[in-house]
Amino acid sequence: MTPEPGPMVEAKKLVKNFPGVFAVKELSFSVGKGEIFGLAGPDGAGKTTVIRLLAGVMPPDSGTATIDGIDVVRDPEKAKQHLSYMPQRFGLYEDLTVDENVRFYADIFELPVALRNQRIGPLLTSFGMEPFRKRLAGQLSGGMKQKLGLVCALIHTPKILLLDEPTTGVDPVSRRDFWKILYGLREEGVTILISTAYLEEAERCTRLALFHQGVMAYCDTPAHLKTKMPGKLLNIASPRAREIQKRIQSLEGLSGALLMGDHVHVAVDDDLKRIPEITRALAEAGLPFDPVTVTEPTMEDLFLALLKTKGASP
Amino acid sequence: MRWGRIRAIAIKETIQIRRDTRSLIIALFMPFMQMILLGYGVNLDIKHLPVCVYDREGSQNSQALLKHFQASEYFSIIAVLKDYREAKAALDSDRCRIVIAIPHDFSQKLSDSGGSTVQVLADASDDNTANIAIGYAQSVVGEFAGNLAVAAQGFGGSPARLTQGVDLEERVWYNEDLDSRNYIIPGVVALIMALVGALLTSLTISREWERGTMELLISTPVQPSEVMLGKLLPYFAIGMLDAVFCLVFSVFWFHVPFRGSLFALFFTTSLFLVVVLGVGFLISAAIKSQVGASQIAVLVTLLPTSLLSGYAFPIDQMPPLVQWVTTLVFARYYVTILKALFLKGSVLEDLIRPVLAMGIYAMVVAFLAGRAFKKRLD
Ligand SMILES: Nc1ncnc2c1ncn2[C@@H]1O[C@H](COP(=O)(O)OP(=O)(O)O)[C@@H](O)[C@H]1O
Ligand SMILES: [Mg+2]
Repeated sequence: MTPEPGPMVEAKKLVKNFPGVFAVKELSFSVGKGEIFGLAGPDGAGKTTVIRLLAGVMPPDSGTATIDGIDVVRDPEKAKQHLSYMPQRFGLYEDLTVDENVRFYADIFELPVALRNQRIGPLLTSFGMEPFRKRLAGQLSGGMKQKLGLVCALIHTPKILLLDEPTTGVDPVSRRDFWKILYGLREEGVTILISTAYLEEAERCTRLALFHQGVMAYCDTPAHLKTKMPGKLLNIASPRAREIQKRIQSLEGLSGALLMGDHVHVAVDDDLKRIPEITRALAEAGLPFDPVTVTEPTMEDLFLALLKTKGASP
Repeated sequence: MRWGRIRAIAIKETIQIRRDTRSLIIALFMPFMQMILLGYGVNLDIKHLPVCVYDREGSQNSQALLKHFQASEYFSIIAVLKDYREAKAALDSDRCRIVIAIPHDFSQKLSDSGGSTVQVLADASDDNTANIAIGYAQSVVGEFAGNLAVAAQGFGGSPARLTQGVDLEERVWYNEDLDSRNYIIPGVVALIMALVGALLTSLTISREWERGTMELLISTPVQPSEVMLGKLLPYFAIGMLDAVFCLVFSVFWFHVPFRGSLFALFFTTSLFLVVVLGVGFLISAAIKSQVGASQIAVLVTLLPTSLLSGYAFPIDQMPPLVQWVTTLVFARYYVTILKALFLKGSVLEDLIRPVLAMGIYAMVVAFLAGRAFKKRLD
């Protein structure tokens, strides 16, 4: 999928350095209308910094970014009228109730009172938050807090949502709800830029950027990214998966063994050669395991494999 | 600037103050505590105060009274004057704080009617030392009258007639109640307002940085000036409430006379609040932690206000360099105004200079505060 003409978000050679850290290095990308654009990468990869630059709360050292065609660097206040930003750390007032928080942000965005009241009710109801209107935000569960953040972000019908790890620390059920809401918003034409630490979640994005040390290593649809996986991925199921992982990592040329519950995923160059090799090594160690099979890579496998190839070729 | 956004922030801030115990304690309890502590707790003992005497009689009786003064640990007689003109000059030039004048018919009146009068001259409008000195003078004269009575008794006179003794005719200009508290309380009001105002506002921006709510707020189109005004409005209301409380408490609890114009009081108090809240906001915007900001707020208000505003320690008795420094202490002007309003019964027109000084201060602080808060992380 290529971005439509007139991208909603566009970054051109964005650079941001902190003392001793190159947080963002010459970053360029663009996001089209109605996309859910994912930023994935380990802690410290620079996701938060990128989103802050786009939200206009932090100036870049150099480069430009536009939000719906408005230059964020030169005119951040104008760009802010079209976007909503949810910081990684909960940004609402914990000593205010749900209602008070929503009303505050409606007033900050100068919604007429009639329209405000017309929007708050249905939004809270559709997010399942109607019963908690009088509750202090600080007393909500993690999932509820994030939903409240989204309600406040949506109250002024922004064109662009910038969400920084909105599902971190949220239980899986709430996380699924949250994504349902995001898909609904996408249907309405809202452009979403979301960072996540959960790679399985990243697969739900329309396009995904993999970040590593301030550099966007890859950027493509999840399906395309998977085809870039070098070699094959082997799956080994075992009740003693952890020991299996350790054993495999000690083998020559096989450092990338990923533990996934009672499975171990191993990225290999040549499956025909490696399957017998691994089977023999594990049998010698006396570990129980099901027959080794070739499997579809998950995002996590992909990320590990991609970064390794990137690191190998400087 | 949009009123709707200012109002939204003011409402939000009000709710937060209402739910924050610490803010409530500072806003409501601290003024009361300070009034009690400082109103009752000030101790301004004076030893060996320089006095001049003007003995118009030069009799044994008058000399005996003056010896009494000299013997008291409170006073040292530094000069004997020859007329009222000299007395006035001595006071004006600060050579002495008070002048004791003994009338030419002192002894005669004492023996005739049993009650004579000693004059004590002082300018007490901006010098509590004089007030306290007069209190001491009263006790010295009282002792002297007691001695006389005993002596008279020895000669068989009637004690009833002599207990009237020597009367002190107080001519304290402006604060004739001779109460050092009257002198202190107006300054206490200034101290409370400065401390409470700056302390409360010093938390307002730093709290948002500390709790992470600022990052979201600055991602909206809200303007810095709207944030400032919205946040300061509730504190202004609290400051005014505290001012009313302090005034009522001073007048009805401590019985400090209030003689000036109420309009002038509220006008100058508003001006003072603008300065105090602006200073608090400046600190808050500069220091992103609540503890740090509140400590700085206490430091820049309490210390200069209690030491250099002239609220208890007269500015005209400070070394010239320190006197110059006090012109930078904004509370100084408010203390001057309050003392004038309480004790002299001034109206606004009498206070042009300190009001002007505060006005300039308010404008500078408001200007700086308006630029201090930036919608930027880093
Ligand atoms: N305000 C800051 N001051 C100094 N260093 C920072 C700041 N913000 C982020 N960094 C550094 O920049 C790098 C990228 O951080 P961040 O953007 O938060 O990554 P992520 O969100 O992917 O975890 C990290 O090394 C981090 O320590
Ligand atoms: Mg982050």
